[in-house]
Amino acid sequence: MRMFNNRNGSENGHRANGYRKPARYSALDLVRHGLSGSDWPRAWHAHDLRPSYDVVIVGGGVHGLATAYYLAREHGITSVAVLDKGYIGSGGSGRNTAIIRSNYLTPEGVRFYDRSVKLYETLSADLNFNAMFAQRGHLTLAHNDSSLRTMHWRAEVNKLEGIDSEVIGPDEIKWLVPYMDTSESVRYPILGALYHPPGGIIRHDAVVWGYARGADALGVHIHQNTEVTGIDVAGGRVRGVKTSRGDIATPIVVNCTAGWSTLISDMAGVKMPISTFPLQAAVTEPVRPFLDPVIVSGTLHVYVSQTDRGELVFGASVDPFTSYSMRGSLEFTEGLAGHVLELMPSLARMRVLRQWAGLCDMTPDFSPIMGTTPVAGFLIDVGWGTYGFKAGPVSGETMAELIATGKTPELIAPFGLDRFAKGDLMGEKGAAAVGH
Amino acid sequence: MILLPCPYCGSRNVSEFRYVGELSTRPDPNATNAEEWRAFLYVRANPAGWTTETWFHRAGCRQHFVVERHTVTNEVRTSRLPAAQLRDREDERATGGNVANDSGGATY
Ligand SMILES: Cc1cc2nc3c(=O)[nH]c(=O)nc-3n(C[C@H](O)[C@H](O)[C@H](O)COP(=O)(O)OP(=O)(O)OC[C@H]3O[C@@H](n4cnc5c(N)ncnc54)[C@H](O)[C@@H]3O)c2cc1C
Ligand SMILES: [Zn+2]
Repeated sequence: MRMFNNRNGSENGHRANGYRKPARYSALDLVRHGLSGSDWPRAWHAHDLRPSYDVVIVGGGVHGLATAYYLAREHGITSVAVLDKGYIGSGGSGRNTAIIRSNYLTPEGVRFYDRSVKLYETLSADLNFNAMFAQRGHLTLAHNDSSLRTMHWRAEVNKLEGIDSEVIGPDEIKWLVPYMDTSESVRYPILGALYHPPGGIIRHDAVVWGYARGADALGVHIHQNTEVTGIDVAGGRVRGVKTSRGDIATPIVVNCTAGWSTLISDMAGVKMPISTFPLQAAVTEPVRPFLDPVIVSGTLHVYVSQTDRGELVFGASVDPFTSYSMRGSLEFTEGLAGHVLELMPSLARMRVLRQWAGLCDMTPDFSPIMGTTPVAGFLIDVGWGTYGFKAGPVSGETMAELIATGKTPELIAPFGLDRFAKGDLMGEKGAAAVGH
Repeated sequence: MILLPCPYCGSRNVSEFRYVGELSTRPDPNATNAEEWRAFLYVRANPAGWTTETWFHRAGCRQHFVVERHTVTNEVRTSRLPAAQLRDREDERATGGNVANDSGGATY
C-alpha cells in the first residue's frame, strides 16, 4: 500500500510562492561578509501555520529535521511541517556528546549505523554547512575478561559487515593515548580495547542547523515554539494535530520526540515500551590538544573526548531512575571525576566548566523503534536512548522512504514496534549500555 | 529529589536506593497469553507527572517499598509498604520487578 502519493507537489506546495534558492556559503562569501560587515541571510525562516500539510513531523531534533530534509530532497515531498515546542535542537540533539560510530554488536545494528556514518562523511558537502566531522578513532576499553570477550565478538561481527574494527592491546592503546594509565597496578587495569578508526565526534549544533537550513530551502516549514497538544485519530487513522498555535489537518504524523515520545504516542493511543531517563554530561575548560581518539569505558561508566576547541567532554550512563527533569546532580560529577582520574590521573587539576542533562527514551533492548504503528498514518522514530544522534541521517533517509513509498526499508525492518509483542527483541546491550 | 523517605528507615539520600520500576499488575501466568505477558514485561506508562513505583533500600533495610513521585519535579508525595506486605507478612518477598496486584495501603 502506498501511504503517500503526492509526489508532484500539492495545492500548497512551496514552489508556487516564495521558493528561495539557498544562499551558498563559500570562502568568497566569508571574505565579502567579513569586509562589509553585512548580515548573513537567515538560515531558516518563520512561517504562519498552514491549515494543512502532507506530513507533520513532531520534534525538531536531528531526526525530525533529517526526515523533513530527505522527504523534500529525495522524494519531492515539500508540504512538510516540523513542529517543536521549543527551539530546534533543544532536546537531545543539542545536548549530546556527539560521538559517531558503527561498531555495534548485532549485524542489524552495525549495518544501520554504518549507513549513518557514510552519510555523515559527506554531510558537510551535501548540506553546504560545516559539521566538522572528525573521524579521530574510537576506543572502547576492556577491564576484565568478559568485556574483552564481548570486544572480540563485536570486532568479528563488525569485520563481517565490512567495518574497520579490531581488538588492540595495552601497548597500542598507550601509543594512541599516551596520557592513559595502562599500568597493571590500578583497580581496573586495562586489558585491551575495541579500536574503531572511523569513529569520531561532530559538531552537533551544526548538524541540526544544516538540516534545518537544507529543509527550509526546499520548502519545508519549521515551526519553533509550537507545541503539539493532541492528535486527531478517527476510524483508526490520523486526521491531524492540535498545537498551541492552532490545528493542522494531515494524513501523516511522525513522532520524533525522543525523551518525550511516550507523551506524543499517548495522544494517538499507541502504547510503547519506553522509559525516559536523564543522561548527564560535563565539559572542562579548554586545554591544548592532547587527546585524539574518543575513549569509552563500560566498566567505569565513563567516556571522554577532546573537542576542536580543546575542551574535554565527559559522559556517563543514564541517571539511576526515570525522570523528565533535566537537572544535574552532584552524584554525577563526583562519580565522573573519580572514574576519569582512574583512566587519566594527570587530569586531576582540570576544572569543569558546566554540566547539563538531556532526556533519553530507553527501550528494553537498547535499539530504536521505527516505522508504522496500529494507527494508520502515525509513524514513530523513537527509542533513541543514549545513542541516537549518530543515527540522525540514516533515520531521516529511511523514514522519508517509508513515508514516500509506504514500504518499510530493509535497514529498519528489524526495529518495528511489533517486535515486543512477538518477543523478537534485539540484543544490542553489549554495545550500547554506556550512553554515547 | 535528594532525599527519599523509606517507610522503615525514614528519609535517606536517594543514592542509598535502587529504582525498581513502575508499579503494574502482573497477569496470572496460568491464565495469560504470550502477548499480554510481553506487554506486562515491556510496555511502560512513562508519564510526565505523578507515578507510583517500587524502590529498594539497597544500602539500608534492604526492603522494597512503594513511592508516589512526580517525574517532572521529582517531588515525592507518599511512601509506603507494598500492599502484599500490608495484607500478609508471609507474602513478603523481593519482587525484583513490579509488585503484583498492588492496590494501596497505609502511607508513610
Ligand atoms: C548527555 C547526552 C549525551 C549523548 N551522547 C550521544 C552521543 O555521543 N552519540 C549519540 O549518537 N547520541 C548521544 N545521545 C543521544 C542523542 O542525543 C539522542 O538520541 C538524539 O539527539 C535524539 O534526537 P531526536 O531528534 O530524536 O530527539 P531530540 O533532539 O530530543 O528532539 C526532540 C524534540 O521534540 C520536541 N518536543 C517534545 N515534545 C513536543 C511537543 N509536545 N510538541 C512539539 N515538540 C515537542 C523537543 O522540544 C525536542 O526538541 C546523548 C544524549 C544525551 C542527553
Ligand atoms: Zn530502609
